Amino acid sequence: MSERQLICIGCPLGCMLTATLENGVVTAVTGNTCRRGDEYARKECTAPERTVTGTVRVTGGTAPVVSVRTSSPIPKEKVMELARLMGQLQVQAPVRPGDVLAAGVLGTESDLLATCGVAVK
Amino acid sequence: MKHVKLAIIGGGPAGLAAAAAAKKQGVNDILIIERDERLGGILNQCIHAGFGLHTFGQELSGPEYAQRFIDQVQEMEIPCLLNTMVLDLSDERVLTVTSREEGLQQIKADAVILAMGCRERPRGALNIPGTRPAGIWSAGTAQRLVNMEGMMPGREVVILGSGDIGLIMARRMTMEGARVKAVAEVMPYSGGLKRNIVQCLDDFDIPLLLSTTVVQIHGGKKLEGVTLAQVDAQRRPIAGTEQYIPCDTLLLSVGLLPENELSAAAGVALSPITGGPVVGEDLATSIEGVFACGNVLHVHDLVDFVSQEAALAGEAAARYLTAGKPQGDVISLLAEGGVRYTVPQHIRRGADTVTVRFRVGQPYRDAAVCLYADGKLLRRIPKRVLAPGEMERVTLRIADLPEDCRTIRFCIEEGETK
Repeated sequence: MSERQLICIGCPLGCMLTATLENGVVTAVTGNTCRRGDEYARKECTAPERTVTGTVRVTGGTAPVVSVRTSSPIPKEKVMELARLMGQLQVQAPVRPGDVLAAGVLGTESDLLATCGVAVK
Repeated sequence: MKHVKLAIIGGGPAGLAAAAAAKKQGVNDILIIERDERLGGILNQCIHAGFGLHTFGQELSGPEYAQRFIDQVQEMEIPCLLNTMVLDLSDERVLTVTSREEGLQQIKADAVILAMGCRERPRGALNIPGTRPAGIWSAGTAQRLVNMEGMMPGREVVILGSGDIGLIMARRMTMEGARVKAVAEVMPYSGGLKRNIVQCLDDFDIPLLLSTTVVQIHGGKKLEGVTLAQVDAQRRPIAGTEQYIPCDTLLLSVGLLPENELSAAAGVALSPITGGPVVGEDLATSIEGVFACGNVLHVHDLVDFVSQEAALAGEAAARYLTAGKPQGDVISLLAEGGVRYTVPQHIRRGADTVTVRFRVGQPYRDAAVCLYADGKLLRRIPKRVLAPGEMERVTLRIADLPEDCRTIRFCIEEGETK
């Protein structure tokens, strides 16, 4: 049996969590003040995930870039790979908030969504 | 002279939420005045997620959070002046504003809500020795460049200060291909949210150097590097601990200052601790009919709380416009023994419940927030962790206070019993 100390990133409260692990399986979580904390600790100890945000280049728009995020969290080890992918992407204006700029990125279930709009110049 | 019932200075999260709340209370003649070309304020450049969990139960990015409030204001058909700068506010609530289209004009308002937000503490306020090369930016400026203008300030980065914008930018610059070599923090603890240390620094193996500061800036026209040194308890650099780090970019995330030039010119009483107006439970300032909310009042960590506070200011302004200044005995809130400040600074009997927000001056473990009514213990709230970077709040029911109470003292007590 082992214990792992974590700080919850589920919301800005930043609860201090203790996860108890037995044979690589989380058997108990303490210190959380909501359900998200419990879920985060279990995920973080087994298959950590992150919601990724960034920007993508826009051509022919009123702004040079559009802000984006993943529609759901992706495996943490793929974050930098996605960052490089976002750096290579380019989309054409107009872009509307919620537009899918890339579907199922890096073999995940997650889409890359625009989080603001860019009009045609 | 043009006349409006309610003028709101600033179209960021505070101004938008205040406008929507005032409108819901029946104020029809509202004007939002915004200096930028769009509404939303600083949220437009905060493209990371984490906004709106308290308000919408969802993790939104800054632009998405802003859009929800912009939509509300537009559906309510609240007029906005964009690209318009308020140059002066008089103690009789006359605003002098200027814009390219309209030129200089004056607007008389029956009530005013101050929602101008805050700005970053600049290099000049830090007294860092060395040259003045290009490549030194405030973290927020870098954030705007990267997230809105699509430009990278540099490739080899050192960040001074561990405020939230600095932490967020450490991750952002890393994801854009830069190498963030260190985040140096002069205090023995971070000024940012714990979650940001985890997901912005730890996730990317960026070292956080506590009790460390920049003691020398190197470079002629362009930044070449910085010398870091550890500091002692009095924040004096310790000889022999210097290390040189080559870099082309230094980002400063060393604090935010409420932007109260207009308030000061109007004669609004300001708190030397928060840098914002001194207010009562209705967020009314010392000038009748002038209210304040959001980062211009005190710097927040969470936009959700800005929106809540701003809605309160909007409702209070609406009440003032119909019923005038509220009456009732004043109870002073005193911040002592570890509590740096409270907002509001005073409350009136006659109010119902009041949320008091405050910050502590240093980190605490297993301590308690204690409230004393005229020296008598009113409430003791145990806390596992208290940190200066995390705003605290306590909700008071006026009915629970002793009848003749004139002051409530907020303080931190360590240990089990005292």
